[in-house]
Amino acid sequence: MTTTDPSTTAHVPRGKRRIGDVVFANSARGSGILILVILAGVAAFLVAQSFDSLTANTANFLTTSEWDANTREAPAFGVLALAFGTVLGAAIALVLATPVAIGIALFIVYYAPRRIAAVLGYLVDLLAAIPSVVYGLWGIGWLVVQLAPFYTWLETYFGWFPLFAGPVSTTGRTMLSAGIVLAVMILPIITAMSRDVFLQVPQSHREAALALGATRWEMIRMAVIPFGRPGIIGGAMLGLGRALGETMAVAMILSPSLVVSWFLLQSGNQTIAAHIALQYPEATGYGVSALIAAGLVLFAITLLVNMAARFVVSRRKEFA
Amino acid sequence: MAKRIDVSGLHVYYGDFLAVEDVSMTIEPRSVTAFIGSSGCGKSTFLRTLNRMHEVTPGARVQGKVLLDDQDVYGSEVDPVAVRREVGMVFQRPNPFPTMSIYDNVIAGAKLNNQRLNKSAADDLVERSLRGANLWEEVKDRLGRPGAGLSGGQQQRLCIARAIAVEPSVLLMDEPCSALDPISTLAIEDLISELKENYTIVIVTHNMQQAARVSDVTAFFNLAGTGKPGKLIEMGETNKIFTKPEKKETENYITGRFG
Ligand SMILES: Nc1ncnc2c1ncn2[C@@H]1O[C@H](COP(=O)(O)OP(=O)(O)OP(=O)(O)O)[C@@H](O)[C@H]1O
Ligand SMILES: [Mg+2]
Repeated sequence: MTTTDPSTTAHVPRGKRRIGDVVFANSARGSGILILVILAGVAAFLVAQSFDSLTANTANFLTTSEWDANTREAPAFGVLALAFGTVLGAAIALVLATPVAIGIALFIVYYAPRRIAAVLGYLVDLLAAIPSVVYGLWGIGWLVVQLAPFYTWLETYFGWFPLFAGPVSTTGRTMLSAGIVLAVMILPIITAMSRDVFLQVPQSHREAALALGATRWEMIRMAVIPFGRPGIIGGAMLGLGRALGETMAVAMILSPSLVVSWFLLQSGNQTIAAHIALQYPEATGYGVSALIAAGLVLFAITLLVNMAARFVVSRRKEFA
Repeated sequence: MAKRIDVSGLHVYYGDFLAVEDVSMTIEPRSVTAFIGSSGCGKSTFLRTLNRMHEVTPGARVQGKVLLDDQDVYGSEVDPVAVRREVGMVFQRPNPFPTMSIYDNVIAGAKLNNQRLNKSAADDLVERSLRGANLWEEVKDRLGRPGAGLSGGQQQRLCIARAIAVEPSVLLMDEPCSALDPISTLAIEDLISELKENYTIVIVTHNMQQAARVSDVTAFFNLAGTGKPGKLIEMGETNKIFTKPEKKETENYITGRFG
């Protein structure tokens, strides 16, 4: 969520007020306020529309996983498995994408010859332009097929590790596959943000490290990564936001079931966004209102994630 | 331990542009050598070749020879990283690492050489280096605070502490006081006079009084003309350079008459 703080707009000193300044200050303030209004409007809509089903719900919305909402009589539904799946998928994506993105960004800025760097940067940007349906098609039509044997291998050798316990899904349509596709989708944004901050690292910091006898890699660890940390976190945060809300690709890849499961190689799990997309056309009775309640939870999760990330970024601000 | 620097026939190029032409000089250990000369005559360029920092600039290259005691700095088997640990550098603008505390700034370089520096050895090194840079008393109660929170003069002394924590034998300083007020400048000049007991020090300065105050030997660089490369015009005891230089050019520069 990016909100412009309206209070930061111009304290125009008393005296002559130029018309341009006034117009600019007011339009900036207006845009800031507009964003707040939209945000509040969305939240109000979600709360109002979900109220109906939440009061009629006979199950605990936050601690149950079943979804029996398409009725006018005693609906029983809960968001637990969905919320879990949402966070799990996004977490997998983040864990896979962030190191790769940092690596690509470092390569582009510090290692690659200029021409290769330009081409690579352009290719990464192109990844961001691919529509998510296409990722979904690629995921289900190609990636999961390739991954299935790899999953079997993982289970054979690392099955003792709880995340990789069997029985392995033979189709490959698992949370891990969804996470991998999400990782590819969020790679460009994290790479772009990291690359931008790496380019801004002042020459004097880099020279300070090199003059102490740092190798290039040590220079990167000493001067570049710490300086770039807020940018990396910012990029990861944006990527996480996208991964949390991503709908199409996940809806196509997962074979959903509403259980809380840590087993990445088994079929099962579902995310809020994909669930809403799949269920909405058939929703009757309290169904729509219940889906909106799930949407409210997604909204809250995204908000929380962003606030947490902001906290992390600002905590070390005095060192930045 | 302080080492002698021996430069012979050094040319420095940026791509095709010859920036510094044919410099030969000897810099004695445990002395302060000042480089003076007008802007753009290649003082920084030449200084940076002494620890191979010029290699950071794309296209920069040298011809000629630099010996550190008897070791060829440009020898094919010599690692520039090793040269820079031996020949430390302090820059014009204080550049402590902004994300690190004062403590971490001081041991940043030392940690590179010795990953497993234990806590008490590190504490000792930090205190020794900060004392060596005349900064200990001012910061000993806030070692965990960010280095960027210090005043400019303190930051520069922090950078000097960071450089000497690596235990180099030579310290190169490129206009280390030009961003500082007179009081901080004096503090650094005092520090330089103390440091020369143990190091070979080379300092670039535009401040004649400073060169006269701190240095034992002064080297005067000048441009042969616009677009021409910089050259070493004259080098000798500071006293002599400032009172009776051999070259007319030097005298003009020192007395403020140009051209
Ligand atoms: N990175 C670079 N690329 C190309 N040319 C450079 C570069 N750095 C310096 N030069 C050129 O080399 C010459 C010497 O510059 P240098 O910075 O060494 O001068 P200086 O004596 O240190 O000047 P000042 O007293 O202003 O610091 C100048 O003509 C300058 O334009
Ligand atoms: Mg210079």
